[in-house]
Amino acid sequence: MSGAFRIPRAGRLSQAKTARFSFDGQSYTGIEGDTLASALLANGVHLVGRSFKYHRPRGFLSAGAEEPNALVQVERDAARKAPNIRATVQELYDGLVAQSQNRWPSLAFDIGAVNDIASPLFSAGFYYKTFMWPKAAWKSLYEPKIRAAAGLGVSPDKPDPDHYSSRYAHCDVLVLGGGAAGITAALAAAETGARVILADEQADFGGSLRFETGAKIDGQDGYGWAQAAIAKLKGMDNVRVLSRTTAFGYYAQNFVGLVERVSDHLQSPGHDLPRERLWQVRAKRVVLATGSIERHMVFADNDRPGIMLASAARIYLNHYGVAVGKNVGVYTANDSAYAAAIDLKKAGVNIAAIVDLRDHPTGPVIDEARALGIEVNFGRAVIRAGGKLRVTSMTVQPKNGGGERTIPVDAILMSAGWTPSVHLFSQSRGKVAFNDETKRFVPGIYAQDCISVGACNGTDGLSASIDEAYAAGAKAAKDAGAKTAKGTKPKVDASESWSRGMLGAAPGAGPDKTVKAFVDFQNDVAAKDIRQAVHEGMRSIEHVKRFTTNGMATDQGKTSNMHGLAIAAETLGKPIPEVGLTTFRAPYTPVTFGAIVSHARGPLFDPTRKTAIHPWAEAQGAVFEDVGQWKRAWYFPKAGEDMHKAVDRECVAVRTNAGLFDASTLGKIEVVGPDAAKFMELLYTNPWEKLEPGRCRYGIMLREDGFIYDDGVVGRLAPDRFHVTTTTGGAPRVMNHMEDYLQTEFPHLNVWLTSITEQWAVIAVQGPKSRDIIAPLVEGIDMSDEALPHMSVREGKICGVPTRLFRMSFTGERGFEVNVPADYGQTVWEALWAEGQKHGATAYGTEAMHVLRAEKGYIIVGQDTDGTVTPNDAGLDWAVGKKKTDFVGIRGLTRPDLVAKGRKQLVGLKTKDPKVVLEEGAQIVADPKQAIPMKMIGHVTSSYWSQNCGRSIALALVAGGRDRMGETLYVPMPNGVIEVEVTGMVFFDETGGRLND
Amino acid sequence: MTKAAAKTSASSAERRPAQAGRSVSAKNVKVEVLPPAERVSLRAPEASIAALSKALGLTLPKSPKTSASKAGRMALWLGPDEWFLIDEAGKNLLADCAKVSALHSAVGISHRNVAFEVTGPAAAAAINAGCPQDLSLEAFPVGAASRTVLGKCEILLLRTAANAFWVECWRSFSDYVFTFLSEAASDAAA
Amino acid sequence: MLLIRCPYCEEERPELEFRNAGEAHIARSANMAGESDDDFEKFFFIRSNPKGIIYERWRHIHGCARFFNAVRDTVTDKFVMTYKAGEPKPSKLPGAVK
Repeated sequence: MSGAFRIPRAGRLSQAKTARFSFDGQSYTGIEGDTLASALLANGVHLVGRSFKYHRPRGFLSAGAEEPNALVQVERDAARKAPNIRATVQELYDGLVAQSQNRWPSLAFDIGAVNDIASPLFSAGFYYKTFMWPKAAWKSLYEPKIRAAAGLGVSPDKPDPDHYSSRYAHCDVLVLGGGAAGITAALAAAETGARVILADEQADFGGSLRFETGAKIDGQDGYGWAQAAIAKLKGMDNVRVLSRTTAFGYYAQNFVGLVERVSDHLQSPGHDLPRERLWQVRAKRVVLATGSIERHMVFADNDRPGIMLASAARIYLNHYGVAVGKNVGVYTANDSAYAAAIDLKKAGVNIAAIVDLRDHPTGPVIDEARALGIEVNFGRAVIRAGGKLRVTSMTVQPKNGGGERTIPVDAILMSAGWTPSVHLFSQSRGKVAFNDETKRFVPGIYAQDCISVGACNGTDGLSASIDEAYAAGAKAAKDAGAKTAKGTKPKVDASESWSRGMLGAAPGAGPDKTVKAFVDFQNDVAAKDIRQAVHEGMRSIEHVKRFTTNGMATDQGKTSNMHGLAIAAETLGKPIPEVGLTTFRAPYTPVTFGAIVSHARGPLFDPTRKTAIHPWAEAQGAVFEDVGQWKRAWYFPKAGEDMHKAVDRECVAVRTNAGLFDASTLGKIEVVGPDAAKFMELLYTNPWEKLEPGRCRYGIMLREDGFIYDDGVVGRLAPDRFHVTTTTGGAPRVMNHMEDYLQTEFPHLNVWLTSITEQWAVIAVQGPKSRDIIAPLVEGIDMSDEALPHMSVREGKICGVPTRLFRMSFTGERGFEVNVPADYGQTVWEALWAEGQKHGATAYGTEAMHVLRAEKGYIIVGQDTDGTVTPNDAGLDWAVGKKKTDFVGIRGLTRPDLVAKGRKQLVGLKTKDPKVVLEEGAQIVADPKQAIPMKMIGHVTSSYWSQNCGRSIALALVAGGRDRMGETLYVPMPNGVIEVEVTGMVFFDETGGRLND
Repeated sequence: MTKAAAKTSASSAERRPAQAGRSVSAKNVKVEVLPPAERVSLRAPEASIAALSKALGLTLPKSPKTSASKAGRMALWLGPDEWFLIDEAGKNLLADCAKVSALHSAVGISHRNVAFEVTGPAAAAAINAGCPQDLSLEAFPVGAASRTVLGKCEILLLRTAANAFWVECWRSFSDYVFTFLSEAASDAAA
Repeated sequence: MLLIRCPYCEEERPELEFRNAGEAHIARSANMAGESDDDFEKFFFIRSNPKGIIYERWRHIHGCARFFNAVRDTVTDKFVMTYKAGEPKPSKLPGAVK
């Protein structure tokens, strides 16, 4: 048995396929095809949650995505605990485990419910008024305690084991909403051959046809017609049909975000399927067929479990075969609730009474209700509901006052009318217009190539909706470039129809300020709160919204916005359009972070770039550091070595024998063309025209403002060909900077740029033995100092493969950089390594590279410079061509501030105690005894222990630094002041003789 | 300059291409790493196109998002003065370009890039997991070629058949691109 | 994600392939070294940042890699038109009301 409230022969589910599930530890049985909501209702369970602020017991308001109350936690396993799942959306599977939220110790007895009694304390604006002071209470009380009490579910504390996927899709016509109108529009568009995507958030297509038993189309019942039409669409190559797919955001140029829930409804999804799939759809035309949402009646205690929308009760009955009660009351202000009462009555459920706020309504449904023997009361209001954990009665009174009568019920169905779902239209930046006659906002001015059809367009009646949708679908396809349709429009044989209703508070909603007649269930906003907001001075609906939090919960006010607006308008004494509507924002319903992130997790979070030599370094046990997206070998510890020991050893070995260093990540750009030198003259401060082929030069690149942008060694391979190197981190932006000038400022130059960063693996071999290591492997290059002096480049072969061999040094030792095509990088490295072993060579990492260059006072752009350092500041004036008439940055260099005295200049620092290593970034003062805040005159940019120097060394930017040689300065630190002496930047081999040793 | 692996002498350093031999098969889509090929970035003004075409033995395309292909040699239009040349057999593209005296820039980038082939009825869907371009046959027909993006990486995309794409990326991004395409392939199959 | 028409690729392509490159039609002086402080300030530091129509540079960096110019409305975020680098600032905009 799948629940005592399951009605035999009602609904569309097969009773044979049962599914067991548990809610708050209690086991139940449902049917496959149920939602968690319908399965719980079938078992007579209405109480499923506690409200956000007052902790009031709550049940199901709806049967769909608009649900504000029935938020539960669904748990597959320890890592998969999804909070805030709408039980009305979650499909049942065998073994589903759900828990209620926001209650302690139990759902039926919740301590937090004292908030309900103490509710005068928590009136509108409570948060703004209360959490202002004392400031300290934020930390100790407000954040931890109040948040814990007000929470909505609990985040899982383990990494999400599910995976998510994404897809970009393009189509001619995107149809959003798979009810009668959406299906019709999709059919009309698809018949033209246009590429169509049809999406609906439900598992089942049909929209309101799922409960409207009175609809007949093309000779079939409405639901059957919808299923047949969907089957037809699925069979067409030009159509993609997506169920369980919510369009959550409508962005510029018909770009729509959809989330497809792929496996949340499956018992054991397996690892092949993603949990959700993000669709980013670009559509030439969009057809919005998003339907409408029923509104509740605003009266006292209208939130008691068992009180729900009339249409929800119809879906539960007609689709799921579940009666929401045995003795049901109805409170309505329009016709649609009658149909629910009639369906339930016919299914054998007692209808205690229909209470209709209207004075003299007429129509076939009213006649039919009466004919079935249902008591119908006009001009009356339900002024309060009885019961606490479940509604037990409704108290009825003539709407203008008079005698009360209390009717026992176990459920109340409400309908105040229907609100067109203009969310996506509004997100598209369309402007809604208020129809004063029907009291609803409908699409007004369109901002994009889309069209609304059916209920979301305020079109009443199935026949009119289908006419409109068919024409719109065909036109959308045609506008997107498709041929004229040759299909036939679906024919409506019978339909249900209603409109109108009421907005705002019903008579049972006050004015008494203790009455809780809820407008927004999820955020516990009652009619009195909105009135109070107006009385306290809120005039704009945007202010009312924020003051009361009406419509700000995860349901985004799908049921509450229009009521809230009407109450505010009434209190303000203004017509509704003058008060205005709040903005509809994406997402339409909550979207998981998983779907947004989709593939970008783990190894796909960001590309991890590795050099060709990486596998060798990894095998040697190198420790890697992240440099941008690159993994670079940081140091190569031997057994028992910590980082300092390894780096000290590597640094000494390079200066004693030789070291091998993987410099492949350096940016490399090949500059080719007859005007290559002219271009280099313009992009770098240095002169290039006279650089002979085969020679290299250290180049500095500035921005137009005169500050150092990048640096690197440039080799001239031929009169018309330069091999430019850049910093590792600067490679992409330097390429962009060069292309920018070439394409837009100097397009007359015949020169082209090609990134060759990844074409060449680069092995730096540095140290006194470097030539001995390389020479035996090289063919076709004279390695003598005369033929290959410092700062030169040759093309030839190494290990039988092509090389661009640079003689250059970033260590101050005799050095080479061996460029080989990347796929040969590792094997050439291995050959050099084998040769190096004969000469006591070591592999060294980026840390040793940093120390070695600092010993020589070589700067690293981005570490010793920060975007405000000129060549002169860095002591590199020699690299600026004095005779040049133009280069990028030439004018910036003469700006008054850049030539002013007292600029920060790069200098060396030696601590008075050679064992003390300064902190990089530490501030420098001239007088440590001055009052705080001290005048800071500079900061440390690089600082290391230098084993080669036997002491600590540092580089620093210091105001007027070069005039302070020998001066004592101070670095105040938490543990005391460190004395330092200002020195030159070169700490090792000041004469530079070792470059040729 | 650089030659494909087959051309190097026995005493040469061994070539170790990135991702060599990796492949993944899912229902309706297969992702395979392609063997090394000769590649050149060719830049030239309009006036040099005819001479270069003659030297290369195929007509350099002049229309955006197109390519030309002849006897294992392909030229992809990447920009108004930019072509990406591939010679699958490893024939020396640089030498062919060097014969041309007309203004141009030819730079060898055989080792810079790694190529993948994505094939099968769901090939376009797999690439669309991370590529925002419209890959329908109308918008991206056979022979269409373009630089674009895949996830967080730049790729070069060429459609070689209705159900086959040639995907290139820089060497150090090849692990990312292969992993992305593998994950996307299994999803596109579903 | 916007669609941007690349004047070199002659079609609309997804925004992910592009990168903004700041305001357009700010000419670098042929006699850069001789610029006055005021002129250099205008050239390097001052940007119009209008509400409404802006002329700016974009690069189809993950496409044809060309820099080009675009006219965009900063209020609606809509591209009015795009044109090749080096082409003059359009005197008339398509769809302009005035």
